[in-house]
Amino acid sequence: MSIVQTTRPPAVPSTKVANFKPTLLQTEEHHLCPGCGEPVAIRLVLEVILELGLAQNNVCVIGHGCYGSFVMTLDVDCTLCLHGRAPAVSTGVKRMRPDVAVWTLQGDGDMTSEGLAEILHATARGENITCIMLNNGVFGDTGGQMTASSVIGQRTKNTLEGRDAAYHGYPIVICDMVASMQGSAYVARGSVHNAAAIAQTKRLIRKGFQRQLEKKGLSLVEILTMCPTGWFVPAAGGADYMMESLGKTYPLGEIKDVAAAA
Amino acid sequence: MRRESRGTLVIDVERCKGCELCIPACPPKVLSMSTISNHHGYLYPELSPGCTGCTACQQVCPDYVFEVYRYQTPVMAVVDTEAA
Repeated sequence: MSIVQTTRPPAVPSTKVANFKPTLLQTEEHHLCPGCGEPVAIRLVLEVILELGLAQNNVCVIGHGCYGSFVMTLDVDCTLCLHGRAPAVSTGVKRMRPDVAVWTLQGDGDMTSEGLAEILHATARGENITCIMLNNGVFGDTGGQMTASSVIGQRTKNTLEGRDAAYHGYPIVICDMVASMQGSAYVARGSVHNAAAIAQTKRLIRKGFQRQLEKKGLSLVEILTMCPTGWFVPAAGGADYMMESLGKTYPLGEIKDVAAAA
Repeated sequence: MRRESRGTLVIDVERCKGCELCIPACPPKVLSMSTISNHHGYLYPELSPGCTGCTACQQVCPDYVFEVYRYQTPVMAVVDTEAA
């Protein structure tokens, strides 16, 4: 079997079409598990920020989760805040600096379990911020426990028999709640399970930032990300498992867009 | 037989964590996992001739392992029938 030499750039004339890492990330190194979807989602957000010309004009408010380690390597202005309080902190940032694009990076445990009140009140106030929610259905950072958005039947570290609606209740579909409120401008759900979904998710993120720049209201982009470690599945099987479990409860696509309705 | 490559990759194998997401993501199916591991103990992807430079592998990779190049003129490579 012939293998192409891939240790150094090609010697014949060629054009580089894709870098290792997004420009706004200082290093490729991170400690996240094999098969994790979060670095892919973070790359998409950083690419959108660069393409919209916001690299010098944005503030990232990071919640708590595995993605929190990126606060050290993101080449944008960042602040960490209390668990789930990113929409509240970004409200303050946005009101002091209305010309700056403010976005939150949160997980499903951060947004739906710890900070449900903050995202709903920020939406009710119609704050011009963009919330990125990385939904993998588990508290990945603390070892993979159930969150409010874990789907029925999902195995986690504290629901080893699968989430039971009679005992654990039903998952919170945050996108539908935010979309039903008047303060939200754009609500969409993407995924990073394959290249086509990744390209679509990037378009959703770009629209989310554009609605903020148009001062339409709060935009929420939920991104389904793989957590094979938290789901007890092999790294290579994370993408298929995600669409069979989370993908059925959380269908992909745009849920609300005030610009399209107007 | 001979196979045309329109693009190629630089693969940083030491950073790979062996999740294998790039293997099904590759449209021309020219990526395969290695049989020896990197210094972390993970198997890593290897490229066979036939890359189109579509960047799908770079899109799905969580560990930022791929850099994609497109040749100005496609490169022909001889591959054995088993690999083809």
